[in-house]
Amino acid sequence: MLSWVDTILQGALLGGLYALFAAGLSLIFGIMRLVNLAHGDLIVLAAFAILSAMTALGVGPVLAFLIAAPILFCIGYALQHFVLNRTLGRGVLPPLLVTFGLSIILQNALLEGFSADSRRLSAGTIETASLALLNDLAIGLMPLLTFASAVAVILALNLLFYRTAVGRAFRATSDDSEIAQLMGIDNRRIYSLAMGVAMVVVAIAALYLGIRANFDPTIGPARLLYAFEAVIIGGLGSFWGTLVGGIIIGLAQTIGAKINPEWQILAGHIAFFIVLVIHPRGLFPRAID
Amino acid sequence: MTTNDKRELSTFDIDSGLFRRGISRRCVLKGAATAGLSAAASPVFAPYVQAARVIKLGYVSPQTGPLAPFAESDNFIIGNFKEAIKSGLKIGNQTYPVEVVTKDSQSNPNRAAQVAKDLIVTDKIDLMLVASTPETTNPVSTQCEIEEVPCISTVAPWQPWFIGRQANPRGGPPAWKDFNYTYHFFWGLEDVISVFTNMWSQLATNKSVGGLFPNDGDGNAWGDKQFGFPPVLDKLGYKLTDPGRYQNLTDIFFAQINAFKEAKCEVITGVMIPPDFTTFWKQAMQQGFRPKIASLGKAILFPVALETLGKNGNNLSSEVWWSPNHPFKSSLTGMSARALADAYTQATKKQWTQPIGFVHALFEVAIDVLKRAPTLGDAKATVEAIKATNLNTVVGPIKWGQENLPPFARKNVAKTPLVGGQWRIKDGNKYDIVITDNKTAPAIPVGGGMQAIG
Repeated sequence: MLSWVDTILQGALLGGLYALFAAGLSLIFGIMRLVNLAHGDLIVLAAFAILSAMTALGVGPVLAFLIAAPILFCIGYALQHFVLNRTLGRGVLPPLLVTFGLSIILQNALLEGFSADSRRLSAGTIETASLALLNDLAIGLMPLLTFASAVAVILALNLLFYRTAVGRAFRATSDDSEIAQLMGIDNRRIYSLAMGVAMVVVAIAALYLGIRANFDPTIGPARLLYAFEAVIIGGLGSFWGTLVGGIIIGLAQTIGAKINPEWQILAGHIAFFIVLVIHPRGLFPRAID
Repeated sequence: MTTNDKRELSTFDIDSGLFRRGISRRCVLKGAATAGLSAAASPVFAPYVQAARVIKLGYVSPQTGPLAPFAESDNFIIGNFKEAIKSGLKIGNQTYPVEVVTKDSQSNPNRAAQVAKDLIVTDKIDLMLVASTPETTNPVSTQCEIEEVPCISTVAPWQPWFIGRQANPRGGPPAWKDFNYTYHFFWGLEDVISVFTNMWSQLATNKSVGGLFPNDGDGNAWGDKQFGFPPVLDKLGYKLTDPGRYQNLTDIFFAQINAFKEAKCEVITGVMIPPDFTTFWKQAMQQGFRPKIASLGKAILFPVALETLGKNGNNLSSEVWWSPNHPFKSSLTGMSARALADAYTQATKKQWTQPIGFVHALFEVAIDVLKRAPTLGDAKATVEAIKATNLNTVVGPIKWGQENLPPFARKNVAKTPLVGGQWRIKDGNKYDIVITDNKTAPAIPVGGGMQAIG
């Protein structure tokens, strides 16, 4: 019995990590219907940016994140402004192809700049610290922090979306970009801002990914898949849905692994498949389109 | 790297240069035509053509992609090699210049096969060299076997190289055929198993072993109930807990850690990719699981992988194919293993890695073979020269047809010595490997005994 409680707890915490990976993707997907195939590579780029700040300034990962985040915001803004905006409004294929190309360019540029070495963000003893809940039940401090950060990120995104003027513009553009333009909203600027915000979320994901596991320039695409599944399970444009989606995949993985480790990854994909069959729009779609 | 690529590039530059100066289309066409003509004509008048024919070596390795750490030292080694043979290679009473044409497999087996074919058909190489993981060595060797071009490969355990290329890998020896043009030197799975169990026997444990075998080529071979770790461990009295094949890039190893805790495992072994081992090891510590010994293949080959673990990588153990402490010398440059590693560190400011020795040895064997091949450009004669190889290289003696292999693999595989070692922290967060067991190759000195993980 206790081992099941343990398994479910670990699965939910893992879901926090997937939700963090997915939050940035969810934002972009929700606002401009852009499937960003380079999302995983952008996470890796952000991880290298944090690593560079750490080594150049000799600071800890959190401070390095605070330095890297504004720079990544600008990179996101510029990326949307100069590249991705040109691909919008011409069907679904051009942005898909451009982000696919971007993914390859990022991987090779990072390989050129940082070599193929597997790297990690070192956070000291907190990495292996854990809280003993019961005699045989311990949860890692880092997984717990990851989950808390995922909830905080989702809360912050919801506040931004539903409580601010920019958020209103985000929602309006998402619902109908043409009408929003008639109301005087510059949707291209909105898109660029959204990408900038998404890059900050990506940087948070990168911080936790880098502390949790190794990263190297080619690891990005593997990270994209779970993020994508979490967004789809949650439903278009719903941030809480993304969190639920992440938790569902995390739970499916740990429960699958408890039965047999061979089923761990497969169980996550099967959960995704079942949700897709029953609720093709995801569990909590914000907009119907 | 390739001469062809460079030539194309220079014609292109001429064209675009003309465009930029705003010359009319006619002019450009004329210019391009002359440029093309002169490019086509130049070899005829170039002085080097009057010299002897060039010996061409093709070399395929994963310079980019996930396998790139294996090829990181390539530029250094090839630079070294070119320096060593810059005055050409004397065969008979003729001296031939030697050219190395390198190709990147991009860590992709299909791409490896494609570039191998290019090297054979377009560059018309005399000898193919290929290194690093079955994903690179196998497709290239297979192309060479088909095209009847001699090929020497290394840095892949011999089983995936030999058995993996059989029409029916499950068929067993009578159905397995040997190869006529492709030859391999490295060690095998049986060597890793003896190295690991020898290391474990140095420490008192409860003989309960946890296995982490992923669902990939290596993991399935290591965990194989007939040819892998399980039968040997059984014979030696170890109890193996193998929770099953997991997928690479798993984010949580909770089920495995619980199974190991339940079985009270004091030894951990497996063949994990580096990011998965980091994830596993950290989660094990979060869950309060700390075995006495952890011996892993693949995951902790490179010192950077240890550095990513911080202080928690101390006393992790792995197989050692080559180290600066190996008492061998290069037949090409006369450098000792230590001198080669130091030269690498000096040139690149990076710590030595195990592939350095083997890639260097690959070029040693190539030159030795070419020197002994009676006629240049005769594939059959070159193959005979490979078979007759008996060379002391920087990774140890290399000789095909030895008794230390099962009869079916003797013709094509030569084994190099393998020992075991532990990574120990030295000054700050740098790691160095200390050889802790040499029962499998007594010629290589040990640097200390096994220590339990603290």
